[in-house]
Amino acid sequence: SHQRKWADKEYVGFAALPNQLHRKSVKKGFDFTLMVAGESGLGKSTLINSLFLTNLYEDRQVPEASARLTQTLTIERRGVEIEEGGIKVKLTLVDTPGFGDSVDCSDCWLPVVRFIEEQFEQYLRDESGLNRKNIQDSRVHCCLYFISPFGRGLRPLDVAFLRAVHEKVNIIPVIGKADALMPKETQALKQKIRDQLREEEINIYQFPECDSDEDEDFKRQDAQMKESIPFAVVGSCEVVRDGGNRPMRGRRYSWGTVEVENPHHCDFLNLRRMLVQTHLQDLKEVTHDVLYEGYRARCLQSLARPGARDRASRSKLSRQSATEIPLPMLPLAETEKLIREKDEELRRMQEMLEKMQAQMQQSQAPGEQSDAL
Amino acid sequence: MEPLRQSPSPCPSSRPSSPRTPPCEMFGHVGIEAVLDQLKIKAMKMGFEFNIMVVGQSGLGKSTMVNTLFKSKMWKTTVPGFVMPIPQTLQLHSVTHVIEEKGVKLKLTVTDTPGFGDQINNDRCWDPILGYINEQYERYLQEEILITRQRHIPDTRVHCCVYFVPPTGHCLRPLDIECLQRLCRTVNVVPVIARADSLTIEEREAFRRRIQQNMRVHGIDVYPQKCFDEDINDKILNSKIRDRIPFAVVGADREHLVNGRCVLGRQTKWGIIEVENMAHCEFPLLRDLLIRSHLQDLKDITHNVHYENYRVIRLNESHLLPRGPGWVNLAPASARQLTSPGPSKACRRARDGSEDGF
Repeated sequence: SHQRKWADKEYVGFAALPNQLHRKSVKKGFDFTLMVAGESGLGKSTLINSLFLTNLYEDRQVPEASARLTQTLTIERRGVEIEEGGIKVKLTLVDTPGFGDSVDCSDCWLPVVRFIEEQFEQYLRDESGLNRKNIQDSRVHCCLYFISPFGRGLRPLDVAFLRAVHEKVNIIPVIGKADALMPKETQALKQKIRDQLREEEINIYQFPECDSDEDEDFKRQDAQMKESIPFAVVGSCEVVRDGGNRPMRGRRYSWGTVEVENPHHCDFLNLRRMLVQTHLQDLKEVTHDVLYEGYRARCLQSLARPGARDRASRSKLSRQSATEIPLPMLPLAETEKLIREKDEELRRMQEMLEKMQAQMQQSQAPGEQSDAL
Repeated sequence: MEPLRQSPSPCPSSRPSSPRTPPCEMFGHVGIEAVLDQLKIKAMKMGFEFNIMVVGQSGLGKSTMVNTLFKSKMWKTTVPGFVMPIPQTLQLHSVTHVIEEKGVKLKLTVTDTPGFGDQINNDRCWDPILGYINEQYERYLQEEILITRQRHIPDTRVHCCVYFVPPTGHCLRPLDIECLQRLCRTVNVVPVIARADSLTIEEREAFRRRIQQNMRVHGIDVYPQKCFDEDINDKILNSKIRDRIPFAVVGADREHLVNGRCVLGRQTKWGIIEVENMAHCEFPLLRDLLIRSHLQDLKDITHNVHYENYRVIRLNESHLLPRGPGWVNLAPASARQLTSPGPSKACRRARDGSEDGF
């Protein structure tokens, strides 16, 4: 934090911009879509409930064994609004039940890839459309991928899934049910996973470097957190009271109690800090600036040159500007349909306005315009 | 136990027994009890054979469990950091050791199944396993039908297959169901909940109940099978065991000091999991079942039931008449017949009325 010399004659006044941004975000609220993937039984639901201190999975029915015999992968969305410190976060959770459960899991990741791309496609249409004021961002901003603590590293299915999605979504790998491991085993497993990710050239989300003007302590802490990736996590929504100590969330075994928020027991705090407290916005930005742009460039290029197999990689985005490529003209019927839809929307908004005005006049009181438009 | 112990044995003697009669060898005492000792001596000379197979995905602690069971390093367990590449196809490999305890020699063969269930497509990954088991039956059969047989046919048949279920906490996976259905028709199967130190006691119980229900629904009959209980004592003992199967086990081959004792266990930041402590896991139950109480029974069922079933199928397949006394020409086994999860084979010693809930 820098000192502000309020009495400074040179003071222009834009230092208050962050505050303005803050106020606007508080008013607007914050949207975030988080995908959770991995085999069943790795503690995904419990971890999500622990992370966001909510019971998103309250009405969950774990499918019976017979049901699983014929289950195919489905994509499920759950939404929850979390409010804290005046900020509203609208969290959408995307779940992938059935992933990795079948005897034959070939291509089981394809529905997930398709889902992610569909969100990009929707956004691309919205962005190229006529009414861009209220684009709903349903793109997946982050994928928490759960790795089994029992495998000796990434399994073939893990590698296949990660390779299919790593250019399309921010991946944060975590080791689930990490209380099954002894400290040495955890270290070895993490190292093995990091090595495998490198060998298979899988790009996971890179937490950005901290600013050079941060103090040494912060930098060291930041480096430590980065070194603990993949995060070895344990989740629990049960409160344990260990005689004398304050109550905390944990898992009680007959040989001891694992404390979820104890950094010596697991990386839960690290994950929560990095995912929720510090990097939520960055995840959205990377999704928009890098992943989505990559998708958009690929899309436009393939439209410009049908059959072109150019894949703009994440690091080198195509330099071609939009002027060199003919605009992606949607087929005429599509455009007309869009125009009609927008007309409808405008008419509805008009009606609503009139209704509200009528109400205001009736109540004779200065009504507050809601921000809900 | 001494054969000539002077205990009053019920015998049809004409002399009335009176408390005054000094304990002495009565006329009717035949000395049959000595047979038990003869058997014991012979067995100790010959030694015992026991073959077990461990089936489960990599990382579920199979090798460690074997080491823990037999308190000897049958295998080098995977050192953290060292990783064997997952084989592309399932390859079985066996290791044989002779271990000795109090004069009793045990020739133990353990067959591992690395690569099981690790691929993306695990369809038919049970074929090599069933193939191996049937191959051992075939070997024994070939020895048995020889005209001049060996005095003691080497027994490589799998007496027990320990199936490791991953601790998901939910229920049996499709792969588990497919495999267990097929394995149970061919060999004694003892399922266990592997790496159970990731489940609390309550979670274990719920998981166990669900697995038991899954097994009932899908017709998976694990050891000890209900239909082979011979008498009421068997029933009582085995029912207790059946209630706890699958055992929630933890394996460890390192020792730690706990309260002055040296125990096998896993040391974490929140405590030490003692493998032989019933409050921590059910490893002692598995050990007792496999080694201390039911080892011979496992062998008997393998020989009298599973092997006989195999033999019947093989004999039915070969339509040639016997060439001479005791000669049966066998056609090569048809793989299809032996690996399908078809209707269960007849329970050989089923008693009427006890074939419930199969």
